[in-house]
Amino acid sequence: MAKGNIVARTGNEAMAEAMRQINPDVVAAYPITPATEIVQIFASYVADGLVSTEFVPVESEHSAMSACIGSSAAGGRTMTGTSSQGLALMAEMLYIAAGLRLPIVLAVVNRALSSPINIHCDHSDTMMVRDSGWIQIFSENSQEAYDNMIQAVKIAEKAAIPVIVTTDGFIISHGMERIEILDDADVKNFVGEYKPKDYLLKLEEPITAGALDLTDYYFEHKRQQIEGFKASKAVILDVAKEFAVIAGRSYGLFEKYRLDDAEIALVAMGSTAGTTKVVVDELRQKGLKAGLLKPRVFRPFPKEEILEALKKLKAIAVMDRSDSMNGHEGPLCAEIKAAFYDIGVNKPVLNYIYGLGGREIRPEDIALVFSELSEVAGGKEKPKVSYLGVRE
Amino acid sequence: MNIKEVVKRKELFTGGHRACAGCGAAIVARQVLMAAGPDTVVASATGCLEVVSTIFPYTAWNVPFIHSAFENAAATISGVEALYRSWARQKKYDKKVNFIAFGGDGGTYDIGLQALSGAMERGHNILYVCYNNEAYMNTGVQRSSATPIGADTTTAPVGKVQKGKAQYRKDLTAIMVAHGIPYAAQAVVGNWRDLTNKVEKALSIEGPKFINVFQPCRLGWSYKPELTCEMGRLAVDTCAWPLYEVTNGQYKVTRPKEKKPIAEWLKLQGRFAHLFRPENKALLDQIQAETDKAWEELLRKENIASQAAAPAQPKSI
Repeated sequence: MAKGNIVARTGNEAMAEAMRQINPDVVAAYPITPATEIVQIFASYVADGLVSTEFVPVESEHSAMSACIGSSAAGGRTMTGTSSQGLALMAEMLYIAAGLRLPIVLAVVNRALSSPINIHCDHSDTMMVRDSGWIQIFSENSQEAYDNMIQAVKIAEKAAIPVIVTTDGFIISHGMERIEILDDADVKNFVGEYKPKDYLLKLEEPITAGALDLTDYYFEHKRQQIEGFKASKAVILDVAKEFAVIAGRSYGLFEKYRLDDAEIALVAMGSTAGTTKVVVDELRQKGLKAGLLKPRVFRPFPKEEILEALKKLKAIAVMDRSDSMNGHEGPLCAEIKAAFYDIGVNKPVLNYIYGLGGREIRPEDIALVFSELSEVAGGKEKPKVSYLGVRE
Repeated sequence: MNIKEVVKRKELFTGGHRACAGCGAAIVARQVLMAAGPDTVVASATGCLEVVSTIFPYTAWNVPFIHSAFENAAATISGVEALYRSWARQKKYDKKVNFIAFGGDGGTYDIGLQALSGAMERGHNILYVCYNNEAYMNTGVQRSSATPIGADTTTAPVGKVQKGKAQYRKDLTAIMVAHGIPYAAQAVVGNWRDLTNKVEKALSIEGPKFINVFQPCRLGWSYKPELTCEMGRLAVDTCAWPLYEVTNGQYKVTRPKEKKPIAEWLKLQGRFAHLFRPENKALLDQIQAETDKAWEELLRKENIASQAAAPAQPKSI
């Protein structure tokens, strides 16, 4: 195990640091709060000659992803970052990047979508593009943001699937934490060189990328993409194993926190998982068998593995930091409930929509959820969907 | 460029594509690549050219080609060129490569204008070629901001009270000149020597370049397919589409041998048929007057530019 350096970094700084060590060929980006700092810091690395990256300060996020697609198809290791409206503007190009099987890495600092305009954290931006064909990896803190960025490059290139790594806007992106940074050489060795088979700058073997597929081929190509997406779960786990060797930190598709013997548990992504761990510890001291499942990989959705981890619980609360506007529940909850149907389990699952537009989620909010869960586990009825911390 | 030498070159945009008989866009692609040669990467906007040339599993492109979306050919080629710069700096790549983007007037004048402006301002070493057929032909002849006044299109149709498009077209070449790029030009389908010379010249210049190629469309303009090149030449002779280039601010206009009345060009096209009804004479006269005014203005710019010192384009560092 390599010894890292202990430093203080915000989430944005940690992601920019990872990008410096990865040293991609091209970064094309457009600033947006709260992701701006990532590209600002990276631009300073370019200005100081610390990376060999060509930085393209494009005029919009749509062009950012378009330029990334051009660079990646041309054969280069390519990265960018954005938030919220920027991600929404990129949405068209996200689907195209995934369909072209281009291993672009995108740091998304989660922020609420307009309207009303709001710059603070929720997950509605990445949820909007959850079916775009990008792998989505959520981070609980700056350390995970850093580790996930480094792993993302390798995952993307091995699976030929683009990867989004998220942090929670301001909560992680601007929160200073103690993290462990790997040596530059270790990261360089870990990510290795990107060697695509076919690429635009290989002039001697010209390719046509982005051809028109009609009724006779589109379905077959999409079918292959779907299969590749399913198979990426194994790639994510392989890369995590390799990463554990250099970093001494282990990652899976999700993290179980005091879950194996738990009777009630929360499912929560991002920084809220950290808050939940504190509450779980407190409740455990009081003798309550509470636990947490923190999805790290939201796409592809690790259905079988999550079911296995949750199936023995008496009651579950799924925490959604966005609403689907489907008229009934949040996106994470819908995934989990649908999965239970497949194995014929009808378990009490409560859905809590929380933290929209950066509304604070406090330990006492989480404790309230656990107390309601206890009541449900004891046979009491509760509303299927609750809105936590909102003035009704 | 010599015709005897040109025909010996490898076809980089091949036949067998699905363009209409008499399609001018295919002529643009073929002649531009003829001038550019094989060490070229092409990006294309969604549109007629992309649709007819890349129907899987076939491709008409014998050079590396990428299409990603409608509004972003300039941004896409920016990314390809950025990688080239990166690799050159890292000493991973030492070939000289041309980077060319193609877009129709829809993908260039309208939905792609922002990406085009951004790419030009950033100074990428690219050539953007607009194949300008004056409407959205791929989706069925809808108006664009390149559509001239009075033209009949499916979203600005001739009706009982309306006479086709009510607005003048926008002068995109002037907008590109205003970006201070080292080379901007207008060319036409029907004058291959002028087009290929302009492409060769553009590609010899470092930095962002733009060529607006006037491209008759037999379907959208409604004329006989064998007349495509003639329609282009007549557009030049009537000053409907003047040929000129602007090199580092210096204008050079190619004058027609004899300037013809615009009606000679308009009358061959179904999209302008209504202009020849007696009740529309005023509009026809207005079009002639505006064409004359634009031509005078262009000659005035050439005259001013040749007198004043050309503003030097600051080289990117």
